[in-house]
This record gives sequence, structure tokens and C-alpha cells, in this order.
Amino acid sequence: MNTILFQLFGALATILLAFTVGMFYGGIRRKIIARIQNRVGPPIYQNFLDVIKLYSKETSIHHGAMQHMGPVFAITASITSLMFVPVLNGEGWFWFKNLNFSGDLIFLVYMMVFGSLGMALGAGQTGNPNSAIGVTRGLSQMVGYEIPFVMSMVALMAQFHTTSITGLMNIQVQENTWLMFSNPFAFIAAVLAMLGMFHYSPFDIVHAPAEVASGPVSEFGGKYLGLMMSSGSIFAFVKLTLFVNIFMGGAANLIELVIKTFALYLIPVLYGVTSPRYRTEQAITYFWKWPLFFGVIAILWASF
Amino acid sequence: MYNDNNAQTIVEYIKNFTRKNSLFMLAYGTGCGAIELPATLTSRYDAERLGVRGAATPRQADLLLITGYLSTKTLKRVIRVYEQMQDPKYVIGFGSCTINGGMYWDSYNTIKMLDKYIPVDVYINGCMPRPESVIAGFKELQRLISEGKADGATKYKENLDWYRENQKKVLKNWPLVEYNW
Ligand code: SF4
Repeated sequence: MNTILFQLFGALATILLAFTVGMFYGGIRRKIIARIQNRVGPPIYQNFLDVIKLYSKETSIHHGAMQHMGPVFAITASITSLMFVPVLNGEGWFWFKNLNFSGDLIFLVYMMVFGSLGMALGAGQTGNPNSAIGVTRGLSQMVGYEIPFVMSMVALMAQFHTTSITGLMNIQVQENTWLMFSNPFAFIAAVLAMLGMFHYSPFDIVHAPAEVASGPVSEFGGKYLGLMMSSGSIFAFVKLTLFVNIFMGGAANLIELVIKTFALYLIPVLYGVTSPRYRTEQAITYFWKWPLFFGVIAILWASF
Repeated sequence: MYNDNNAQTIVEYIKNFTRKNSLFMLAYGTGCGAIELPATLTSRYDAERLGVRGAATPRQADLLLITGYLSTKTLKRVIRVYEQMQDPKYVIGFGSCTINGGMYWDSYNTIKMLDKYIPVDVYINGCMPRPESVIAGFKELQRLISEGKADGATKYKENLDWYRENQKKVLKNWPLVEYNW
């Protein structure tokens, strides 16, 4: 009984942590973009204001059942994937125990796609042509970045004979190294795939406001937009923590975690600020060139 | 305890604070004044530091910015857009054309007073208003919101018949469905 209670509270604490960190990272990103464009920029807590305002807005739009369920699917997927990513190394702080099992890396690769699919269903129901275009763009781009990402994950699984995230973390602790040095090509492929996962420019073809009026979310206002913003922040934390866990040796405490994830987060942010948007086919072929090449090399590296 | 006045006031205060500091703006840029908006939003004047940012669709927007004259043809679209937006919503009339017709005061196919067709919370004067005055307009709207006075949407709901009558006077073939709320 007690263990279940602790797990529930742990889950709640993890969600709160992920939400706060993700929101602040989003705010810092807006600030960085503003400073690079020589502006003052919004305060870094701006995203919290946006979310509170969105939740307090009235939402009286009805396009069908799936439209109401799409955002819920998205946030469910984010929270479910969060539950399978260990936040801290080893035993960690006992609040952040999560539901790990021995095949969770494979599970996670599937689970991370689920949110976008839920979004796609929800956006499809609204019947807005912009949503449909955004969804097709998003799914095509997913085909692009999933391949190098899965290849780099497979390379790691094959190299270290484990399919569990905690297993990979333990290996790094025991051998006192980071996997980004043990298999550098897998790291490169995964980071390049991560650029696409974040949907920041130059890969923001899905949400491009000027082209497809923010794509899948174009018919979602108020609370649904708030749900999707929260889901996005949680998911950003999931991705960053997963990458830190797998490639950068995890983190022993929260401060280390924040430093490492933020360093990693700067890659998509800075790459994004300095590049204009790709066209759809450019974005997809981008992933099928160098990232795919590095993925193949990573698998070869793992097997020899 | 949870329903007493103080609790309500605090909740209202927080709501109004976030509302005024996070305005998603939909710029209906068919008038010539729209050319001042890029300057307002980019490096030089940077409206984002006030929390004003662009929204892509009416569903996401809080603030409708009518930049200048509206022909009767675009008025249809504006009414539609306004009714698609979710409460609470605000309208800023931008430039003298929205106030009294401006230099189109005797034109045969533009509307003269925007306030007769949709409720306007704040007017920005000028032809065309410079970015400074646009930002002053945003500030004024924020003041109204924090005092709880930006209630154009409620006015619209209460006086829907009057607005509809005015709208139908200029729109001969009525494009919208009739509501019954
Ligand atoms: S007020 Fe002046 S600048 Fe603005 S739309 Fe009218 S004529 Fe153009």
C-alpha cells in the first residue's frame, strides 16, 4: 500500500518537475531568440502566464469527439513516456522513482510517437485544411527523423546487450564513461534526429504560422491549446532527460540534471534561431542523408 | 469559504494579470496601417516584451486588431472571425478609418464607424499610427483589462440584436447563421 502511495506521489512530483522545467526552458528559449534578434524579449516566466491564461479562457468549440480527445491523447502520451524515463541516476531521490522495466527503451521509442498520432486524429476531426496539411507534414517529418533515431538506439542496444534505460545508465556509472564517447556516431545521429523531434526551426514545417496557420493546432483554442503547450513542455523534458540518461551518464542530482539538459537543449535552440525554415521535402531528405549515414556507421561500430 | 468575496477577488486578479500580460494578437491587416505592425513586433519596438504575440488563427487569439478601413466585403469576414474567437476577447481599432471613416469618409463601400458593427475596446488614433502609439494602445488595453473594464464581448452578447441590425444594413446578402443564444 505504502509503496503504491509513494509511487503515486513520485509520479506527481515528476510531472510537476517536468512541467516547470519544460516551461522555463521554453521561456528561456524565447528570451534567447529575442536577444539574438536584438530585442528585449518577454520575461522567462512568460510561458506560465500564457498557460494560465489559456486555461482560464472559455472553450466552446465542438467539431466531434476526437477533437476533444486529441489534446488529451497528446498529454497522456507525454506523461506516459515521462513515467518510463528515470529522472536521476541509481536509486535517485526517492520521489523520482519511475516505472522502469527491462524493455523500456523499445517501449519508449513507440510511446514517443503516440502523442503525435493522437494529435493527428484530433486535428483531422476539425476539418480545417491547414490542420490536414500540418498533420501530413508532421507525419512525413516523423518518418524522416525516426529512422536515424531508432538506428542509434538499436546500435546502443546491440552494443551493450540491454534494452533498458537503467541498464545503459548503470553501464555508464560502472565503466565511468559516457556513451557519447563509447559510440560517438550513435550520439551524432540521435542529436540530429532530436533537431527534428523538437519541431523548432528549421524543422518547424508542422507549426509554421505563416504557411499553414500553425498547422494541427489551428482549430484548437483556449484550454486545448493550454493542454498542448503543457504537453509540449513535459515532452521536451522527457526527450532531454532521455538523451542525458542514455548518452551523458544521467545525473546524480537535480542541479546536474538541469545543467546537462540545458546544455543539450541549446543545440536545437541555437541551430533553430540561426536557420530559416526548410521546405517539407528538404526537411525529410535532410534526415535521410547525414543522420542516416551516421546511424548506419553507429550500427557497424556497435557490431565490430 | 471558497466562495467568499476575497477569494473571488484574488482569482479575478490573477486571471486579469495573466490576461493582460499574455495577449495573443490576430492582426486583421487589410488596411494600409498594417504596415506598421511588423515594425511594432520586431527588433526596434519589440511588442513581445509586453506579452503581445501573434496568433495564427482566430481560435487561439484574444485580441483582434483591425488595421484601418474595412470594405463591406471584408466586414463579413471580420464578423465571422470575431465570433470565432473565444471569450474573453478584445478588439483594437487601429487608425482613424475605424473611428470615423478617415480619408474614406465618403467612400461608397467602406464602413465608417467600426463600433457600430463589432464592439471596440481601444482606439488608436492616427493615419497611420506609429509603432509608439500602437504600443501605447496595447498599454491602454492592458490597463482596461487589469481594471476589468475591457468587456466588449459581453456588450456584444447583450446587444446582439442592435449589432446584427447594423451589420445587416450594410451586408445585403447575409452570410452568417442566426444564433439563438
Ligand atoms: S487610417 Fe489612414 S493609414 Fe489607416 S487604413 Fe485608414 S487611410 Fe490607411
